[in-house]
Amino acid sequence: MRIETIFEMTSPYRDKFRISGYKFGSGEKTLAIVGAMRGDEVQQQYICSQIVKRLTVLEQCGDITEGKCILVIPSCNPFSMNVSRRFWAMDNTDINRMFPGYDQGETTQRIAAAIFNTLIEYKYGIQLASFYVPGNFVPHVRMLRTGYEDIDTACLFGMKFVTTCEPRPFDTTLLNYNWQLWNTKAFSVYAGQTDQIDIENSETTIDAILRMMSRTKIIHHKSIAIDYRSIIADEGELQHIKAGHAGILYRVQRVGSRVVPGDTIAHIIHPYNGQILEEVKATTEGIIFFAHHRPVVLQNALLFMIYSI
Amino acid sequence: MIKTIVSTELPVDEQFRIKKNVLQNGKGGLRFCVVTGTHGDELEGQMVCYELAKLVGEELNMLNGTLEIYPALNPLGIDTIQRGIPNFDLDMNRIFPGDPHGTMAEQTANAIIEDIKGADMVIDIHSSNLYLRETPQVRINVQNEDSLVPYAKLLGMDFVWVHDAATVLEATLAHTLNTNGTPCLVVEMGVGQRINHKMCRRLVGGILNLMQSMGMWSDRKMPDITPPLICKGNQVSFLNAETSGVFLTELKCGVEVDKGETIGLIVDPLKGKVLSTVTSPQRGYLFTIRAYPIVYEGSLMARIYNYEEI
Ligand SMILES: [Zn+2]
Repeated sequence: MRIETIFEMTSPYRDKFRISGYKFGSGEKTLAIVGAMRGDEVQQQYICSQIVKRLTVLEQCGDITEGKCILVIPSCNPFSMNVSRRFWAMDNTDINRMFPGYDQGETTQRIAAAIFNTLIEYKYGIQLASFYVPGNFVPHVRMLRTGYEDIDTACLFGMKFVTTCEPRPFDTTLLNYNWQLWNTKAFSVYAGQTDQIDIENSETTIDAILRMMSRTKIIHHKSIAIDYRSIIADEGELQHIKAGHAGILYRVQRVGSRVVPGDTIAHIIHPYNGQILEEVKATTEGIIFFAHHRPVVLQNALLFMIYSI
Repeated sequence: MIKTIVSTELPVDEQFRIKKNVLQNGKGGLRFCVVTGTHGDELEGQMVCYELAKLVGEELNMLNGTLEIYPALNPLGIDTIQRGIPNFDLDMNRIFPGDPHGTMAEQTANAIIEDIKGADMVIDIHSSNLYLRETPQVRINVQNEDSLVPYAKLLGMDFVWVHDAATVLEATLAHTLNTNGTPCLVVEMGVGQRINHKMCRRLVGGILNLMQSMGMWSDRKMPDITPPLICKGNQVSFLNAETSGVFLTELKCGVEVDKGETIGLIVDPLKGKVLSTVTSPQRGYLFTIRAYPIVYEGSLMARIYNYEEI
């Protein structure tokens, strides 16, 4: 294992800003894994730290395939995590919306450019990502539909779901989108949580990433964890359930639960008198794929996404 | 007449509303919209809306048609002194035309577009951000250059910047309206969280001048409108910080600078040292200058229109 500095920058009042990469194996640039891009992506960073730990052992045992090089960047944004900000503290910009970056541009464009330059030559790319709507997911692999997305390889992770999504204009600056356009087979892996460490989902995600690495013959590794035949879904086909009222949200069903039409999946409670304003019900038979996780909700807020069976 | 265009419940005993003021007079069928407050930290538009609503309200007989004023497209952003929408990751000006089935922010964006579309002219007022100070200017996507520049010239701003198209900018309010046949001009001026009275009054005069040219306003004593400098995207130099530090400048925007002229210094307050001297790469018109002094490598310090190369 070798540690490399991918980007370094002076700061007016703090230590130097550094992005570090951990390299395993040697030869062909085969797989790059990117962890926290935002300061609250603790789950993502934790998973990367565990992958670094596992790869260190695999490398010592000679279980990284000859001629294959793996890069892990546990964090692209230590500065924001250190001050509990999701985005770049100075100007509130999101590094993950600055790709492919510009090395003569603004600070976060330069950071994105340095990261992207390091990442583009890899054959496979995995980003541990978080969603722009707060909530929990069934752990899954997600790809923007660019025409280059590789669903077959995405299924090698053996996660419950593989989803695709039609890119909107604001998605064209994401790492996943640009990575695909530059010929890397890029996958965003959603590990259920963002700002909390969820050990169960972390383990599932780490196993899935190692399984994918073993199935693409990057490492020799025998997985004993649950291996799913992934359900492939487009996000546009998921059933969206919204809040008819604002109030306190009390979730009755968990992410991953199987529901039938008429099942109560949440209550919206009046914040003053405790009356149930709305019983939120499933309208289709399926699996809860996404659930809103803040304790209070706005009217019309997206509460659940259900994969219909 | 005050109308509510979006109304939804917030969790605890509060209704979220986006309102507009509709002023109508005469037989003219044209509709003119003035919108602002998409970015909660930009406040110049508030004074422009106030002055316009007051003036036109008092002289309603001079109006021929409908003037609609939307002071706050992102009321919660203004209230919480933040650029974006509270608890939402994306810039509101990157989610248009929104989505009636999406998040609350996307539904709001969609309702705004539905309400504005079909207008004969829309002015979307922005005021830079906390970091940069801007000369009063109109920004136009190169795709709309031919149709919009003639209108922009009537607004009485110093500068018109015809900028390049970018995919991410396809989701702005202005781009969405322009591609759907509703002409929309974006005005940028001043600096975030402050109001420059002189600039605001000039824009009010410019808006009335544009309305007058459209036959929507009749006033014999209109202000003199001087034509703006018109600049293409590839004629602009961006000066980004070479090093992190404290940026000190004596300059205000809207001035001419010479090649090699000092724009400012990046200094180290601990060691008392100059880290970098920022100079102009060419003779030109300085239309953006950094207002917030702390910079990181890459922070934008100035933009200069290079009119030598025309
Ligand atoms: Zn703005």
